[in-house]
Amino acid sequence: MDQNIKVLLVDDEEEFVKTLSERIQMRDLGSNVAYNGEQALKVVNDEVPDVMILDLKMPGIDGMEVLKRVKKAYPQVQVIMLTGHGSEKDEKEARKLGAYDYLQKPADIDTIVQTIRKAYKKKIEKPIMAATFAEAGEFDTAKDIMDRDD
Amino acid sequence: MNVKEWPSAIHKRFLSIHEAGSAPDRYLALRRNITVVMLIVTILPLCIMAGINHFQYRKSIKNEVIEPLRLLLNKTRHSFQLFLEERLSTVRFVSTAYSFDQLVDEQALGRVFRVLKNEFGGFVDIGLIDSNGVQISYAGPYKLLGKDYSGQEWFQEVVIRDTYISDVFMGYRKFPHIAIAVQRMEETGRSWILRATIDTHVFYELISAMGLDPEADAFVVNQAGILQTRSRFYGDLLEKIPFDLSAQTYGPHIIETVDPEGREVMVAYVGMEKPGFKLVVVKPRALVLRTWITLQGEMFFLFFASVIVIIVIVIKLADAMVINIREADERREVAIHELEQTQKLSAIGRLAAGVAHEINNPLSIIMEKSGLMKDLLAFTGDFNKKERFEQLVDGVIRSVGRCKTITHRLLGFARQKEVHFGELDLNALIKDVIGFLEKEMVYRNIDLRLQMAEDLPQISSDQGQLQQVFLNILTNALGAVDEGGRISVTTWKEDPETVGVSIQDNGAGMTEETIKRIFDPFFTTKKSGGTGLGLFITYGIVKKLGGDIKVHSKKGEGSTFTVYLPETAQQGDAAPPEESR
Repeated sequence: MDQNIKVLLVDDEEEFVKTLSERIQMRDLGSNVAYNGEQALKVVNDEVPDVMILDLKMPGIDGMEVLKRVKKAYPQVQVIMLTGHGSEKDEKEARKLGAYDYLQKPADIDTIVQTIRKAYKKKIEKPIMAATFAEAGEFDTAKDIMDRDD
Repeated sequence: MNVKEWPSAIHKRFLSIHEAGSAPDRYLALRRNITVVMLIVTILPLCIMAGINHFQYRKSIKNEVIEPLRLLLNKTRHSFQLFLEERLSTVRFVSTAYSFDQLVDEQALGRVFRVLKNEFGGFVDIGLIDSNGVQISYAGPYKLLGKDYSGQEWFQEVVIRDTYISDVFMGYRKFPHIAIAVQRMEETGRSWILRATIDTHVFYELISAMGLDPEADAFVVNQAGILQTRSRFYGDLLEKIPFDLSAQTYGPHIIETVDPEGREVMVAYVGMEKPGFKLVVVKPRALVLRTWITLQGEMFFLFFASVIVIIVIVIKLADAMVINIREADERREVAIHELEQTQKLSAIGRLAAGVAHEINNPLSIIMEKSGLMKDLLAFTGDFNKKERFEQLVDGVIRSVGRCKTITHRLLGFARQKEVHFGELDLNALIKDVIGFLEKEMVYRNIDLRLQMAEDLPQISSDQGQLQQVFLNILTNALGAVDEGGRISVTTWKEDPETVGVSIQDNGAGMTEETIKRIFDPFFTTKKSGGTGLGLFITYGIVKKLGGDIKVHSKKGEGSTFTVYLPETAQQGDAAPPEESR
């Protein structure tokens, strides 16, 4: 099941993002990379990821903007912020915009992977529950679950 | 030196603080100089004024007391002269009114004599003397008819000058009198002399009419300084007076001298028309200048009292001034030091945050690369020195981990964690923090003394951050004390808006140098393991919470950290400004 998790890594530090991508793949997760905001949005449009790892500070469209747009277009995508900068204020804002978590660089690979899995679990929880209810014939409840805001 | 340069020279010489001197000497010198300058500028004019007053008062008072004396002398002289003049005129009148022939008749002369005695008084006798100096007619109580005066000095003089008034003499009669003689030249060419003797008791009446004080004396002397009247203090009739009155003046003259009994006296005298006669008044100086001496005493008292008051005030004033200057200097030094500290920490904080931000990215790359190396190793079969490789990679990862701790702590300070204000009980909070360290304290047998003010008000502050503050300080205190050491934690209400917490240990203490750098980042005295960020962060938090932190320490005696916190929430601005993202 894990191989099906599609992770999109967005960071302007190519060396970092490539290496991280490789390591994530080695941990049986599907991973794609983008090096700036525009690219990230394009990739998301082409193939919607399950989880996004997003840097805040990037040239052009920055992380916060990407987060805003992605969450608007694809609310089911779980976004994890991973940044070397950033204040508590940024964290607060990101969470308000729907970020799943907020990690400080440099982050341990295990932490990252764990957070990805949890985020994915959260993403699929709702459809599964809704499906369960739907199978049981309770479509209204299923619909409620799907419409419920996080 | 130019006069214009004086003020600056005085300033340089006396009032400037020589920075080179050690502090106490500096202030002592300043106090001394202020005192000296102030004393000079206040007492010198006072002295000059007192001196001028002294001489002017003396002059005016002398004039005031001496003027009446002059008047008295002149008046009495006038009376004397009038008396003598009258007698002389009378005798001259008789000599003119009567002819020689009439006066030769003793009965006629006797009649004239009686009239004189009754009408004018003072006449003792009268006699007619011919040009040969023989008394040829006489009226009076003595038998002097036929006496020859031709050899006597007065006779020679009257022949030459027509009139003569003698000095006082005792003569045949053994009581003081003076003789008046007048020469009459008739148209016929015959000349004769009319001579009268006059009792001098009138002199005493004239002198007593002066109304002198009992301590004063008045008398008449002749040219040679022989008393012509009795003196109260300076000898009997016809004795010589002990004063030198040789100065010749017509008007009254006053000398100050010392009499034979050692009294300081003022001798006032005036010459009379009768050649050589002088009227003399002697008064003790003390009597004359009584008012002056009283005034002088009062002035001296006033002067010395003023001087003493001025000295006391100047000393007190200089003291107060120097103390104020000193306190101001100290306050300024403290303020400058605090400002420097704040600015330094703020600059360092910004720099550190910037560095931490920039380092985080490469650090992440190192971490991921080395992580990937480790991953790859894990998926690779055994090869030569694989284990060694794994150790090396682990070493890199551990080091990156350490860097990460530092950058995260730095950012924790710099990132201005948002403050969450809430009402909290400081005493309870400190007890909670102590709870974290209780095990170690018990293990190391630390003597913990808590003195918590029971009336400590609730304060509005950030619980989590304050916990970090006290945890840092208490950890340091624990690190400073030996086994069995003492740590005292005290809380109190500093003023209506502030509470204070002090954490005192009796540990190793710190040197001046250490105290200066105690809040600097990366400054640590711990041999191993300290990041040097604990107190740096603590300082930042306390400032951010609107409080203040002070440290006192002495090498070998222990350290005291004192934290002041505002009772109501107020955001401090000492921490570096937030850098976005």
